[in-house]
Amino acid sequence: METALAAAAAAGFFDTELHVEVLGPKKMITIMNGTEEVFAISETVVTGWVIILFLFILMKWLTSDLKLVPTSKRQVLAEWFVTFFNNLVKENMGSKMMHFAPYIATIFTFALTGSLVSVLGLRSMTVDINCTGTWAALTFILITFYKIKSNGFGGYLKSFAEPVVVITPINILSEVATPVAMALRMFGNISSGMIISAILYAVLTVLSNVVYNAMSLNIGALNYFHVFQVGIPAVLSIYFDFFSSVIQSYVFIMLTMAYVSDAAGKEE
Amino acid sequence: MNMTDAQALLLAKALVLMGQGIGAGLALIAGIGPGIGEGYAVGKAIETIGRQPEAKSSATTTMFIGCAVAESTGIYGLLVGIVLLFVNPFLKHLEG
Repeated sequence: METALAAAAAAGFFDTELHVEVLGPKKMITIMNGTEEVFAISETVVTGWVIILFLFILMKWLTSDLKLVPTSKRQVLAEWFVTFFNNLVKENMGSKMMHFAPYIATIFTFALTGSLVSVLGLRSMTVDINCTGTWAALTFILITFYKIKSNGFGGYLKSFAEPVVVITPINILSEVATPVAMALRMFGNISSGMIISAILYAVLTVLSNVVYNAMSLNIGALNYFHVFQVGIPAVLSIYFDFFSSVIQSYVFIMLTMAYVSDAAGKEE
Repeated sequence: MNMTDAQALLLAKALVLMGQGIGAGLALIAGIGPGIGEGYAVGKAIETIGRQPEAKSSATTTMFIGCAVAESTGIYGLLVGIVLLFVNPFLKHLEG
């Protein structure tokens, strides 16, 4: 067994590449000025464009040819979608804030599809701190806007010095921590799933190679077909792609609704 | 034993890499806290569902949100580990 393992190591069977780019997405489009790079568009943005186009066409198709009494399945689906988000916003933000329903639905759908593109073998949009950071920044702007709207600018500044003045730095810190935590939570969850999937693929490659080698199997080009990679990653994908994406997108909108309705003040 | 500069640099890099590995491992200890906390939350949610089966949907939703929020401390530890393992922030100081 030991000699077999040594022979396998010598033949480079344990050499495997970890196909994971944690350091950030690829640059898809680069605009060059001579040899100097002026502007680069990352994979995240290009994936985002494709998703926006896809969602636009999907929503157009769902809402075309509407009737008072729905006769088609797609109108029932569209109505269910709208009712679901209307009820969610009404439950969590109150009926005064119903104008938030389209925004919440947009963020949820975009975040969900952006995370789920990993199923198609693309890089998830949410494995980019810039993407989740942007959404968290939007939430932060909304929170600040509603705080200023309900308390006035003076009241907003004064709220940092409550209950005592000494606590001001901690209040500022906790105000900044809100969007940072939201961005990191989504980014960390989805990227950890991506890294674990990549490590699993690498391990299964080594495992298949070792088994081929132990069976003295030499099937030419088919040696690059790693038999253990069939099926096993799909099981983990159910948790790391589907479950994690849905839960994180849902948590993101729930927190957005909670923070914004809290900032807008109590409703009678 | 006398070392050349190149050997000394190699040794220094090896030490940095060792420290990064140990640090990444230690950072992931942060996963213990959320694990215990989430387990407790899920247990309480199951107790609630056992007592009031009609509250199942709202208890489940609230539990998932609470779990995801409690998870963030673990995620911070994970991110520190990822940065240590893949970004190698301390090796840059040696090359300067």
